[in-house]
Amino acid sequence: MEVLMAFVIGFLFMAAVYLILSKSILRIIIGTGLLSHGAHLLILTMGGLTNDAPPVLAEGAKNMADPLPQALILTAIVISFGVTAFFLVLAYRAYQELGTDNIDELRGKLKDD
Amino acid sequence: MTQVLLIFLPVVCALLIPLLFKKLPSIHTGWFVLLVPASLAVYYATFVTKLENHGPYTSTFHWVKSLDLSFTSYIDGLSLLFSLLITGIGALVVLYSIFYLDKNKEQLHNFYFYLLMFMTAMLGVVQSDHLISLYLFWELTSISSFLLIGYWYNRDKSRFGALKSMMITVFGGLMMLGGFLLVANMGDTYSIRDLVAQAPTLASSPYFVLALVLILLGAFTKSAQFPFYIWLPDAMEAPTPVSAYLHSATMVKAGIYLVARLTPIFAISEYWIWLVLGSGLITLFWGSFFALKQTDLKGILAFSTVSQLGLIMSMLGAAAISLHVDGGSSAIFKFAAFAAIFHLINHATFKGSLFMIAGIVDHETGTRDIRKLGGLMSLMPISFTVAAIGSLSMAGLPPFNGFLSKELFFTSMLALKEFTLFNFDTWGAIIPIIAWVASVFTFAYCLYFLYNTFIAKSDYKELPKKPHEAPFGMLISPIILASFVVIIFFIPNIIGKYFVKPAVLAIQPQLYRSASEIDITVKAFHGFKSTELWMTIAVVIVGFILFSTMKKWRKIYTLVPEKWSFNHLYDQLMLAADVGSKKLSNLYMTGAIRHYLMYMFACIVALVVTTLFLKDGFKFSFAHTAKIGIFEVAIVIVLIVGTLTVLLAKSRLTAIIALGAVGYSVALFFIIFNAPDLALTQLVIETVSVALFLLAFYHLPKRYRIEERMPFKINNFLIALGVGIMVTLLALSAQSQKLIPSISQYYKDTVFTEAGGGNIVNVILVDYRGFDTLFEITVLSIAGMAIIGMIKLRLSRKEKKSHENE
Repeated sequence: MEVLMAFVIGFLFMAAVYLILSKSILRIIIGTGLLSHGAHLLILTMGGLTNDAPPVLAEGAKNMADPLPQALILTAIVISFGVTAFFLVLAYRAYQELGTDNIDELRGKLKDD
Repeated sequence: MTQVLLIFLPVVCALLIPLLFKKLPSIHTGWFVLLVPASLAVYYATFVTKLENHGPYTSTFHWVKSLDLSFTSYIDGLSLLFSLLITGIGALVVLYSIFYLDKNKEQLHNFYFYLLMFMTAMLGVVQSDHLISLYLFWELTSISSFLLIGYWYNRDKSRFGALKSMMITVFGGLMMLGGFLLVANMGDTYSIRDLVAQAPTLASSPYFVLALVLILLGAFTKSAQFPFYIWLPDAMEAPTPVSAYLHSATMVKAGIYLVARLTPIFAISEYWIWLVLGSGLITLFWGSFFALKQTDLKGILAFSTVSQLGLIMSMLGAAAISLHVDGGSSAIFKFAAFAAIFHLINHATFKGSLFMIAGIVDHETGTRDIRKLGGLMSLMPISFTVAAIGSLSMAGLPPFNGFLSKELFFTSMLALKEFTLFNFDTWGAIIPIIAWVASVFTFAYCLYFLYNTFIAKSDYKELPKKPHEAPFGMLISPIILASFVVIIFFIPNIIGKYFVKPAVLAIQPQLYRSASEIDITVKAFHGFKSTELWMTIAVVIVGFILFSTMKKWRKIYTLVPEKWSFNHLYDQLMLAADVGSKKLSNLYMTGAIRHYLMYMFACIVALVVTTLFLKDGFKFSFAHTAKIGIFEVAIVIVLIVGTLTVLLAKSRLTAIIALGAVGYSVALFFIIFNAPDLALTQLVIETVSVALFLLAFYHLPKRYRIEERMPFKINNFLIALGVGIMVTLLALSAQSQKLIPSISQYYKDTVFTEAGGGNIVNVILVDYRGFDTLFEITVLSIAGMAIIGMIKLRLSRKEKKSHENE
């Protein structure tokens, strides 16, 4: 399963990087969204994928999934959400103020050019 | 201790200069300044006799003990001679400047501050025994020289000259620092004395020659040797007292000092001999040849300074040979060191006076252009006399000191013919010829300077000012220097005993135990059998012919186009550095984020993949992998289809929804892999994110609403593919090489007993690793506040409006 996941994660990263290299701000943010999905799945996969019980004591299972990567991912999800939200509002404001979605048009012109 | 502090006396006194200038405007500030070099000169003069009995004086001020940095003042014959030149000529120059610079028109507080700063720097250079403090003072001379050349900073040429001298001397200074560090490393000490003591062992180090070349670069740039002489003519934009002081008598001799001081360490190497001797000879010839081309009085003097510095340098090169020869012929090379120091004194006297005369001519006629000048002999008789003494001494005629040193110079150059080591048997014969030709040109430009300024007929009415003799105060310093020129001719052996021999002892400590052991006497007349005398006579005759036919052969200067000059090369280098670096940065600093991201991703991929290969990271083993179930495959397919839809969707709305699908399938993965909390969070957050995406999409500018598929770009695709492959490889590699077991067993074991909870993930988040959560909350609140700020605050528009209203 981990091998399959490694390929899926690689594919997610590839798609994310391709989107980040595009010109539209919205697509770039979509790309960062895919990138964080890829990263979260990578953490989970590297922690080891098992078909054991969830890491909750009350169920009394013997083998539980590794709780530490899950805690790390939970933190990462929240942080990436905060950043994505900020980034989206930034893009929204950029549309409002500058009237463009194309990052090539957001370039400041050098004075001596 | 006091001896070290005296180095800093001028710069400390300089702090009072602005005060004196502002509070006592009726008295020329220079009179106060004069006290400093004059009293220092008297103080150092007392050392002259003391040194003979006592030996070198040392005094140390510890600066940074832990780094072994200190200011050590070491006064032996060589340092003393230079200190006397610096303070003595310094006093004369200050005296001269009092009459030269108008106290009402000039910014004297700047001028004298820089000048005193320079004096400290120069005293520091010649007295330092510590390599690092020597370097510090060395750079301080560059800086103060820069400030003094740019003194009239509203003139373009001054700024250009200042910058050029700064670039070249600082380049050399930095090279020299490298050389110093290498030498200090070899000998494990910064002290020059200690290095001299272990000189024979230093030569075996593999870095010896490199250090030698680097240090010589410093000395050659400072002393305006070929091809670094180009800054000196441009430095003539400085006020004339500065040119007389810095660019003839003191600073340009810092390189000479350095070569002389380090000769005991490096003379053992043939590279040293060839570089010092060779560059000296080339500079000697080149400077004297091009001096005749100049039409500016100070230009002629600048090239003649270059040439004379080359002469001194070449004699130091010859002096270095004395280590390699024994017996009778060694006497002549011992002689060369004596000759070098003797000429150094002579040059300081006559060149200082000539610069001052050039300044007087400029001051009294309003021009320094030799084509406009002429016939000043009857109008300015005293200046003429001083100029004649200076020029004829420089030309090497009796009864002036230049004659003596020129004879000594010929003697040491002729001796090179006999020397056979280090390929001198092939090249040695032409050295006296070069020296002789250079002397012919020297003679010619001395006549040119003297004749065209003072004797040739000219129309005074063309001159900007009506010429008349300078005020007496301005003439005092050149008269004193010119009288030295004559006095030294008659008492060369007294000068030799008190000033030259102690300095020679510092250059060649291996040969003598004390200065009194050196048995060299200077004779004005060698008898008619000596080659030197006939060489001088030939110089006079040929030089005279050369000067009188100057109009006919002067065209040869135009044969070589300006494009091939070193000045042009320097200008081109500066331009190329400027334009080239701009082009280079424009090439990759495009301003497009996309390009920077491409560099970053490409570099990450290249670095990671190379490291994986080099460190043998590919050890795949699939022993501990989980089984692949049907659900997992189904979710993988959903996820891949979702991602592909994001990539290929025509409409951005579709892309946003497909992103949502990807997010939900990630949540499904979390469910399958037993992470209920993650699944919950992921579902909620994905929903909110998609809503936010839709909000942003809704506000997209109208003209971008026209939907189009993302155009395919092969470069982007290749980089993206590279990143994808890299991540996959990393994941596989990391998965296959787990070196240590997880620490999670501890959490599982103690979650109830220690923390009293059952949901291990939640307990980790708020108990075991609560700090993470705390700051994650902070991140969220900051994001929230920033969003509010961005939406609510409209500062820029208000500002724009208020600017428009103005």
